[in-house]
Amino acid sequence: MTNVYWMESKMELRKMARLRQYSVSTVCFPLMFYIFFGLAMGSSIPHGAMSFSKYLLATYGAFGVMGATLYAFGAGVAVERGLGWLEVKRASPMPPAAYLVAKAAVSLTFGALVVTLLFALGAIFGGVRMPAGQWLLLWTALVAGAIPFGAIGLAIGSFAGPNSAPGIVNMMYLPMGFLGGLWMPIDVLPKALQHFAPFLPSYHFGQIALAILGAPTQGSMLVHVETLLGFGLLFAGVAWIGQSRDHEKMYG
Amino acid sequence: MPVAELSGVTKRYGEVQALRGIDLSIGHGELLALLGPNGAGKTTAVRILLGLSEPTSGKATLFGHHPASHEAKIRRGALLQVAKVPETLKVREHIELFSSYYEKPMPIAETIAAAGLGGIENRLFGALSGGQKQRVLFALAICGNPDLLFLDEPTVGLDVESRRTLWAHIRGFVKRGGSVLLTTHYLEEADALAHRVAVIDRGRIAAEGTPAEIKARTRTSGLEDAFLAIMHENGNAPEEVLQ
Repeated sequence: MTNVYWMESKMELRKMARLRQYSVSTVCFPLMFYIFFGLAMGSSIPHGAMSFSKYLLATYGAFGVMGATLYAFGAGVAVERGLGWLEVKRASPMPPAAYLVAKAAVSLTFGALVVTLLFALGAIFGGVRMPAGQWLLLWTALVAGAIPFGAIGLAIGSFAGPNSAPGIVNMMYLPMGFLGGLWMPIDVLPKALQHFAPFLPSYHFGQIALAILGAPTQGSMLVHVETLLGFGLLFAGVAWIGQSRDHEKMYG
Repeated sequence: MPVAELSGVTKRYGEVQALRGIDLSIGHGELLALLGPNGAGKTTAVRILLGLSEPTSGKATLFGHHPASHEAKIRRGALLQVAKVPETLKVREHIELFSSYYEKPMPIAETIAAAGLGGIENRLFGALSGGQKQRVLFALAICGNPDLLFLDEPTVGLDVESRRTLWAHIRGFVKRGGSVLLTTHYLEEADALAHRVAVIDRGRIAAEGTPAEIKARTRTSGLEDAFLAIMHENGNAPEEVLQ
């Protein structure tokens, strides 16, 4: 028997890579935003001691990983659950964990791809320089951020309808990016919005990435990591409730 | 020993009593058709036998195991009603993936042949016709070389030719020694394929026997007339049944 987990992940990757609305938009949006804000206008406006191109590399990296994960889990699960495909899988001998492992593999792969491409843009066109260890640490932290956001996506996917899920993901993804300080530095936002930011997982994710860069951050790294893990666990619980509720739907 | 059995199974969804005490068994090598109007409880019975839903009372077993157990799952395959199958995987990839779930799957080429998918195995699922899509779902149901196959309204919405093609592949599966539970509301389909028919209405088995026995019991010549007679005995208005 071929390893089921490997096979499930491989096929999920092919499936999502061929799905242009996922693969192209997941990769292109963060890169485009970074080119506009980090490169085109950024290099000349120094943010404290750090160039925009370097600062925004961390935050658009977080934004990109968040998108790759929320769409793979949120929209992906909602559609497959709502339109009966998940039932076919559940009736088959597939180990249930393989389904989640495959979605995680897609999120991590596309997250890693976005971050790597952003780094290349930053290094080549943005003049971003740092020691190899710091590049590596930032890359790892950004890609690992897929894990708590996977839980959030799964919670959306477990409750949202198949048609409304992509819209719901958009409604969460874009505001979370902006209000969490991932589009532009948090301290240029109005004060009222700044107070709201700590309630968003995106804010804590961005702050972790910025701390690794040595950019000015708010609060302690430990608190950000703990909060992000807390969000992950909370939404994993919500997803669990959604999944068990789903089993007893009415059929004719 | 029957390969699948429901005994005294009831199922309640809130206020709705979907099954009111069903006894049903499928023998080795048998094709049992579960026949009934929409909302009669066919899909609920199938879902309980697949372990996707728990009975409110009574017991369901497959090969003597709980329907949701791994022992039961690796010996069965299922073609369910599904609104959307991932479209960006190729036919062969879908089959390879489902084959990997089983311990002793059929060779991929054999599955492709047994479901009539030769020549289109490298197409994306999204590029197939309705009949071809149903045959891919059939392939996913048989690829694990199961002893028991569940087919939940497998030919609904297909044109006559596609329906006949799928029938031929279902007969092929039975000829190789497999057992089948088929739900359908096409009486012609039950008549053409089934060894035994169970008519289900409002959550109860209204009649059971070979297609010939059912026809004899209601003194009708076709299964369609027999079906209407049984529904009528049960107090259904004919126009309600036929729609």
